[in-house]
Amino acid sequence: MKQEGKQAIWSEYQKEIADDKYFYVRSCIRQNFFPGSEVAFLRILRDVLKKDVYEHPCHTTCSGIGYHSDVVPVETAMTVVARQFALMTEAGYTNYVPSCITSFGLYTEIIETWHHFPEVEEKVRQKLKEATGREFEIPGNLAHASDIIYKFRKEIAAKAKFKLINKNTGEPLKVVDHIGCHYAKMFPSKGVGGAEYPYVLAGMIEEWGGQVIDYPERRHCCGFGFRQYLVQANRGFSVACSKEKFESMKPFKPDMIITNCPGCPMFLDRWQYVINEMEGTRYGQNGEGIPVFTYEEVAGLVLGFDPWDLGLQMHQTDCEPLLDKIGIEYSPEDKYNTTVNSLSEKHSSLINV
Amino acid sequence: MSKHVVVIGGGVAGLEAAGRLSREGLDVSLLEKDSITGGHLNRWFKLFPDRRDSSEVKDYLEGLTHANNVKLFTNVTIEKLNRDKDHFSVLTNDGKELIADAVVVATGFDLFKSSRKEEYGYGIYDNVITSADLEDMFRKGEITAADGTVPKKIGIVHCVGSRDEKAGNLYCSKLCCVTAVKQAIEIREHYPESTLFCFYMDMRMGGAYYEEMYREAQEVWSVNFIRGKVSEASETIDKKVVIKVEDTLAGRPLKMTLDLLILMAGMEMSEGGIKLAGLAGLKTGDNRFFEATDHHFGSNKSNVEGLFYAGTCTSPMNITETISHARAAVSEVVDYLKNS
Repeated sequence: MKQEGKQAIWSEYQKEIADDKYFYVRSCIRQNFFPGSEVAFLRILRDVLKKDVYEHPCHTTCSGIGYHSDVVPVETAMTVVARQFALMTEAGYTNYVPSCITSFGLYTEIIETWHHFPEVEEKVRQKLKEATGREFEIPGNLAHASDIIYKFRKEIAAKAKFKLINKNTGEPLKVVDHIGCHYAKMFPSKGVGGAEYPYVLAGMIEEWGGQVIDYPERRHCCGFGFRQYLVQANRGFSVACSKEKFESMKPFKPDMIITNCPGCPMFLDRWQYVINEMEGTRYGQNGEGIPVFTYEEVAGLVLGFDPWDLGLQMHQTDCEPLLDKIGIEYSPEDKYNTTVNSLSEKHSSLINV
Repeated sequence: MSKHVVVIGGGVAGLEAAGRLSREGLDVSLLEKDSITGGHLNRWFKLFPDRRDSSEVKDYLEGLTHANNVKLFTNVTIEKLNRDKDHFSVLTNDGKELIADAVVVATGFDLFKSSRKEEYGYGIYDNVITSADLEDMFRKGEITAADGTVPKKIGIVHCVGSRDEKAGNLYCSKLCCVTAVKQAIEIREHYPESTLFCFYMDMRMGGAYYEEMYREAQEVWSVNFIRGKVSEASETIDKKVVIKVEDTLAGRPLKMTLDLLILMAGMEMSEGGIKLAGLAGLKTGDNRFFEATDHHFGSNKSNVEGLFYAGTCTSPMNITETISHARAAVSEVVDYLKNS
């Protein structure tokens, strides 16, 4: 592996990422899958980095999950997206930050479509006006939430209490970065590092002390793939996709997986349990699984957030082996204790509307 | 006093044109950007279809220029090229100004930069090389993987940067298919135990004895030809190359682990040619090569009177075609100077 070759590609795929005043839109499914992640993002942006992040109470699904499942027509998706942009416009923001990778992909696709087919944009504007009376501006800057954390990775490193280093060996942790398919595979120029060698998570890993693993099935889908999972008959294929990745990364002995998509951490985490139940196979070291994290969870851990505030108790593949490697202290008895210090009480800044 | 012709580019076309023009009794200056002449011949070992050593062709071409007293200027680039009334002024990077009655542009081609096809991992994965890198190995007589071991399973990807909208090149480079066939045979000769796979879109064997080589590769050397594009390459922990490809004839995807992956880099307009086009106001086509005034009757003529093209600066050509095109350029220059 020649690192300089990757660096040459990374230098060609840099994107403009706004540095403040974000209109943040949550994911439909992340709050069910890993509910601490979006909260952690807001806490990092507002409390640690002192940024202006706005959430609108009337924000809805972008409809991307339906669009990619072939149940929502593109014109409908466009009108729903136009309404989200109208909410941003009404709130006085221009920097749009979706939490979800599929939303990011859909917003990118729609803005590109409107750029090439202005008559479609005009029609959507008319329909939105007729239906809701709303008008909108196209965001001045569209960045995925992982782009924002990537942008501030050095600031986070400067405030870090922990590094992605094995405290017992002093060696960097071996980290698999898994990028959501809708981040850059459709529009390589819209992702940090492009589509073939994305840098958005690799940049965080490097900055926070870890070592990125490049394994043969790095680009492979996690297995969510919408209809692979949403259609029950296809779920075997979903597991098979994840298994393909685990088999491929296993020889590199990864300590952890970091992701930037709603579905990927869910499936890479849950399917490890399923595969173990089906075949008795575990892919981590010492008979354990490979802990899977969102980038917000990893940023939070690095910054010294309590693992249970980050929602790590929601992971099916235990994260404690990784916490022990890094040297992060945690209270085993509080893992599922919901009565102690609720996060909303601790961090009132998380609620702005 | 004889007329003066400046030939820009000391590759196959430039050498042939310069030597022949000088033989016609003209005063010829040959400008070459590198320290030596020969262009791409310096990187190629054996040539198709007859497997002639490239040095034989180079010796012939350089002998032609030496025998006819061509004035050679190496390490020279063009900074200005202007036509003033009935002559040209050529200003070089070392401050030299050459006044010429006619100019032959023979700036040739550049090999497609294979790192632009990011999915193949050239410049990233240790065992992904180009056809030119392989020729270097042939010349040294050592065909090895990056760790020095003998490669047993080898893949060859055709059309790297050719017929590729994403790469911005819709045209066929013409020579990659036959190069792949030649190199596959040479590898099998070197390592009879090796297994070769060529991944192609179409086999375009449009030259004398090319099709015969293709048959020989299959019948004698058991090279496997699979119709399909490689979609991605990646690296295993022991530095082997994993590729994914669709076998479009069998209608199924393939995944294969190789010791060596060789990319057949296509041909592109040279950077020197692009610069010259800007300096002299020369027209280029959608494919970025110089655009001759007429495909059939004026393939050497440019949009600037008295300036002619020779060789692969106008389109991909093999050496035979390049030499023929250079000779045609000589004929055009002689006609022009007689009548001007």
